[in-house]
Amino acid sequence: MSNDWVEVCGKDDIDEEDVIRFDHNGRTYAVYRSPDDTFHATAGLCTHEQIHLADGLVMDDIIECPKHNGRFNYKTGEAKGAPVCVNLQTYPVKVEGGSVFIQVS
Amino acid sequence: MTLDKQTVVIIGAGECGARAAFALRENGHTGKVVLIGAEPLHPYERPPLSKAGLADGAEPVYVAPRQRFAEQDIDLKTAVSVTGIDCAARQVALSTDEQVAYDALLIATGATARRLPFGPKPGKRILTLRTFEDALNIRPHLGEGRHLAIIGGGFIGLELAATARKSGARVTLVEGLPRVLSRGVPASIASAIAARHSAEGVDLRCGVSIAELEETGKEATIVLTDGTRIVANLIIVGVGAAPNVALAESAGLAIDNGIAVDDRLRTSAAGVSAAGDCCSFPLALYGSRRVRLEAWRNAQDQGTLAARNILGHDQPISAVPWFWSDQYDLTLQVAGLAEGAATHVTRRLGGNAFIEFHMAQDGRLLAASGISEGNAVARDIRIAEMLIARRARPDPEKLSDPDIRMKSLLN
Repeated sequence: MSNDWVEVCGKDDIDEEDVIRFDHNGRTYAVYRSPDDTFHATAGLCTHEQIHLADGLVMDDIIECPKHNGRFNYKTGEAKGAPVCVNLQTYPVKVEGGSVFIQVS
Repeated sequence: MTLDKQTVVIIGAGECGARAAFALRENGHTGKVVLIGAEPLHPYERPPLSKAGLADGAEPVYVAPRQRFAEQDIDLKTAVSVTGIDCAARQVALSTDEQVAYDALLIATGATARRLPFGPKPGKRILTLRTFEDALNIRPHLGEGRHLAIIGGGFIGLELAATARKSGARVTLVEGLPRVLSRGVPASIASAIAARHSAEGVDLRCGVSIAELEETGKEATIVLTDGTRIVANLIIVGVGAAPNVALAESAGLAIDNGIAVDDRLRTSAAGVSAAGDCCSFPLALYGSRRVRLEAWRNAQDQGTLAARNILGHDQPISAVPWFWSDQYDLTLQVAGLAEGAATHVTRRLGGNAFIEFHMAQDGRLLAASGISEGNAVARDIRIAEMLIARRARPDPEKLSDPDIRMKSLLN
């Protein structure tokens, strides 16, 4: 729990009910702000066809892939039905001093 | 008879049939599910066939691993075709001489690539693209030093042109109409796509007509009516697809540009539904106009809906037509049907990305069509799709202002 926390952005750099892409050490992540103002992070690519989820639409707890509308619960990573059947990896997130951090290891 | 003991037979193991089979299980069906596919492969996705699926060594992208069908107790029969449907006896005859009885039947036979009404029979150098096997046959003709001639400026033709150019092959694309993508895509977007193909070196010839195709040895030639000869290593005919209705027709089902179904996907025969590319259906959102869609998502949506309705859910078709196309790094997405629109506005998203919104006379949003590099138009198109489904009349000024979040229009 020491130095594997990585700063993503300022809290207000993500709109409510929205997502941004975050690249770090050659990997890509999607970082979310929910409508009830909590922050979450998942792997950045859809498990169906390796599409960046950050171009997708966030509605409530769901991120929808911009390509084929595969849906995941971004809080749990759970795949919500065709065409996706493999869950998304999720990562711990914390907000400190107005910034959002994710634990990437 | 209880639902639990019912046998559901699905003819056609493409996207639609496979989705329906899984949806039956997801919705609690415990009776038998028999999924019958004529192709040797288990269900795979067709959209990649004109793109990454043409790369050397690319494997099919399967809808699900084969073992998942067994895990879900789906009796998947591949390389088996259905030779007849007996609606009175409620059974289908298979190419293996078996008879399979059904309580409910779903026909999801898809469509077949159209051929030109003239020229030699398709041979080694005049091909169409619909199946994984077709893709395997096309692969050796891609790459530097090759010349591909494509007939038809629709999605298949244009996606193939992009893939072939990326492989280094020369590409000539001929289209009979004055522009590419005449069907279902606004002129401004078609023109942006055409410009990109030209910039990538595709020899694009619109408004030409073909007199003859010839196939000789290692060459295939398109002869235009003005005498021009386009000599290529391979001709690909991409002039649309025809619904596979022969089986349904010989069983006496009503046909109307596809197997005619009602808004619950029921055919004219009791206990028989049809879904996906093979059927035409009334679209309530558009005045119950009868349409037939050849689209991946429609196949999925209708497969799911057919399964639910077979199990008694009694839900009407409500999905908004939606499709996409990838060419080079461009993505095109269209939600809705722009036909009959009275006005349109454009939303410019920066770079070359833009969306055209088409509205009816009364301001109702009918369609949104967008193009961008990557997926920059995806979320706005998705929100537009929701607005279309709600029959919303969004303020055109807000639609055209990229600084106003589309999401705010949902409130």
